[in-house]
Amino acid sequence: MTAPTLPASRGSLPPEGAARPWGGPAAGPGPTLLNVKGLRVSFGGQEVVHGIDFSIKAGEKLALVGESGSGKTVSALSLLRLVHNADVSGSALLNGRDLLQLTEHQLRGVRGDEVAIIFQEPMTALNPLYTVGDQIGEVLQLKKGLTPRQALASTIELLASTGIPEPARRADAFPHQLSGGQRQRAMIAMALASAPKLLLADEPTTALDVSLRGQILDLLADLQRQHGMAVLLITHDLNLVRRFADRVAVMEQGHLVEQGAVSDVFAAPQHAYTQMLLASKPERDVAPAQPPAADATPVLQARGLRVGYPVPLPGLTGWFKKGEFVAVQGADLDVAPGQTLGVIGESGSGKSTLALAALGLLPYQGNLQVTGSDWTQALKSGESRALRQRVQVVFQDPFSSLSPRMTIEQIVGEGLLVHQPGLSVAQRRERVVKALADVGLVDDPRRGGDWLQRYPHEFSGGQRQRLAIARALIIDPQLLVLDEPTSALDVTVQKQVLALLQRLQRERGLSYLLITHDVDVIQAMAHHVIVMKDGEVVESGPVEQVLRAPEHPYTRTLVQAAA
Amino acid sequence: MSNSTEAVTPSLSPSARAWRRFKRNRLGYWSLVLFCLLVVGSLFAEVLSNDRPLVVRYEGTTYFPMVKDYAETVFGGDFDTTTDYLDPFIREQITQGDNWAIYAPNPYGPQTLNYFAKLPNPSPPRLDNLFGTDDRGRDLLAQLIYGFRVSVLFALALTVIGVLLGVVTGAIQGFFGGKTDLAFQRFIEIWGSMPELYLLIIFSAVFAPSISLLLILLSLFGWMGLSDYVRAEFLRNRQLDYVRAARALGLSNWQIIWRHVLPNSLTPVVTFLPFRMSAAILALTSLDFLGLGVPPGTPSLGELLSQGKNNIDAWWISLSTFAVLVITLLLLTFMGDALRDALDPRKADK
Repeated sequence: MTAPTLPASRGSLPPEGAARPWGGPAAGPGPTLLNVKGLRVSFGGQEVVHGIDFSIKAGEKLALVGESGSGKTVSALSLLRLVHNADVSGSALLNGRDLLQLTEHQLRGVRGDEVAIIFQEPMTALNPLYTVGDQIGEVLQLKKGLTPRQALASTIELLASTGIPEPARRADAFPHQLSGGQRQRAMIAMALASAPKLLLADEPTTALDVSLRGQILDLLADLQRQHGMAVLLITHDLNLVRRFADRVAVMEQGHLVEQGAVSDVFAAPQHAYTQMLLASKPERDVAPAQPPAADATPVLQARGLRVGYPVPLPGLTGWFKKGEFVAVQGADLDVAPGQTLGVIGESGSGKSTLALAALGLLPYQGNLQVTGSDWTQALKSGESRALRQRVQVVFQDPFSSLSPRMTIEQIVGEGLLVHQPGLSVAQRRERVVKALADVGLVDDPRRGGDWLQRYPHEFSGGQRQRLAIARALIIDPQLLVLDEPTSALDVTVQKQVLALLQRLQRERGLSYLLITHDVDVIQAMAHHVIVMKDGEVVESGPVEQVLRAPEHPYTRTLVQAAA
Repeated sequence: MSNSTEAVTPSLSPSARAWRRFKRNRLGYWSLVLFCLLVVGSLFAEVLSNDRPLVVRYEGTTYFPMVKDYAETVFGGDFDTTTDYLDPFIREQITQGDNWAIYAPNPYGPQTLNYFAKLPNPSPPRLDNLFGTDDRGRDLLAQLIYGFRVSVLFALALTVIGVLLGVVTGAIQGFFGGKTDLAFQRFIEIWGSMPELYLLIIFSAVFAPSISLLLILLSLFGWMGLSDYVRAEFLRNRQLDYVRAARALGLSNWQIIWRHVLPNSLTPVVTFLPFRMSAAILALTSLDFLGLGVPPGTPSLGELLSQGKNNIDAWWISLSTFAVLVITLLLLTFMGDALRDALDPRKADK
């Protein structure tokens, strides 16, 4: 835990209340609404927020930015004492009242009334046993003293204002009956029910698909203007900050390292950490795309690939037969040796199913070949081992992709047990250490032994993802299926991992099947792209062509949402 | 989370770390020590509590009455029957002059009837019988020691069998899912609906009661609860990414179960282990109490409790048996907590 204290950081903090025209719309910032001074938060004697100062004016949009573990969420939630077992000190004046000095009873009056919160994951933030209308109505009855009838009318009005179609019907819906975007809109309606002066939005769009993120953000901006409330947006996504906020405060490891107007900070970041964050857009550093040689066998080739899942049918028919949900419908793709095919699409578009089929883990119809051998035949003839050695995988979630009860040596060395069972324990250990060095986890292979007996939980997300890559590479595959390899990582770590993948591709001539929802990642990594929507490939071609001149309207929305 | 730069502690093997985590729970650790002492002690019950002397030196010859029967005539008695070493005459014979005998610390066996007792039965605790005697004049301490041994060994066997059956059936259902799971679940529903206690009563009427019969009957019904937990864990774990990655590496089903899913599914098993031991001890005790358990004549805690009920004024019977049960169950519970900590590598080991 070291906080880089560069001299530049001192000068970067703009004087409080400086006469700077914030250039907002009509309902511009007014007097200071919330003034936080010297906020410190610690858990069991360990301090995680080291005395930060910030303030929000009425009607202002402040973004609190930082990577995971920087303390941004804890800082915001501890203002309302919503963090368990935390010792909070400092002061937080909301309209002259110090939130940190209020009794629990007084604070309950503030929560959901003057200050409302939107959480990241609306599915878990809404109670699954009550309808959305009940939950919003409850706030209205509690905080505004409305009768149930009035509350229902107001609820429908609120839902309508958040742009949910058929609000009267949706009010009777349970959370699971709404789509992800609708759920987040319902959460926003609930937060607005008490007409708060300050809205804490904790990563409000992270759980949503890219094309929905923009809509939700626009909605928040609209409502902010209408109600003249202040918004504290907690996020790790710099694109959101640029689009949404007036001012930005950057946090690193519990310190507030820089704050200022968004345009200033983005144009001329003063602190080294802010500069690093802004420069963390993945860079393209891959071998140029080569026109496929006529005789070269594609590493992976699919023709008319179709993957379906059996689903239970309702009623009596369900006893006798199963329905089918088609996740991938008639996909054609080619992955050339040493090249990357990017697959882009939103959740539910079938791209992860495609990955599992490519790994030979799902039954499929159509034609699917790995280096010229057919998966179905290999599985049938029991000779799948050779194909498995050629295709390996790296999954999205670095926490569930490593068995928590196995040591690093066991995890990384497992492939050797299967594919090179003749190795002695010492030889295997040597290979494991070498693999760890290849993925940049160990600087000096001779010292790698220290790592071998550790468990995955002792490693950070980026390190775990490197472990997953080492596990895949130790048996020298030709094709690596990357299923959202960096979407669970912080931006700076994402950049490092992508750079590692690019280096490995150049050094070993690996082919990648890269599955992602992130246009930036595609831009940095892919040679060819296919775009998937509802199980179908709607567009494909070289990366420059697809991203620069998208033909399909869906691709256009994706590219625009990322810009 | 650790940084790669931080000082690396010397690597310990996973089992050494687990043991360290176990030891860190003081209560659990000392419970284990005490429980092991009790169990090991009870395994040597014959040395601790026996109506026969361990060694006798009689007129220049060494005898081992503990392992061999000697007729009374050997020690100068009148009859050609097995020696009763509690007989004051024999006692005098083998201790006078150069003769000597080493008695067990508690000179009674579980079945020993002291025909030479000075008080009517049941007699309260006194120097002759430290914990008193039961209504037939048998020494209570001896019965507790032997009864504890029977209970613990029985519980251990029942737990091991139950856990093995439960884990295997749960693993098969959870890992293969689909039709296998469906068939097994229906079978468990039917099997679990059978009235276990009545079956026990019927069987104990049909067959000669014995410990092994009891073990088989209780095992037949004891695995279902655990099986459900293991099944649920397997269903959850088998769809996690590390299992998919293992499949992609080409591991066989058996390897995936053994190396990946099983170790991550054992938390409920381990957590329930001491409680299953407790439940097994209690089951045997209750059946004995009802007279459906071990064959008559086997020392057992349940039978003692039943005697305590019949002789409510002989408070020492109920009290000491009750205390032995409570202490045993308590030790098991404390060990359970420590065990759960030890098997979770996500807990920091310090």
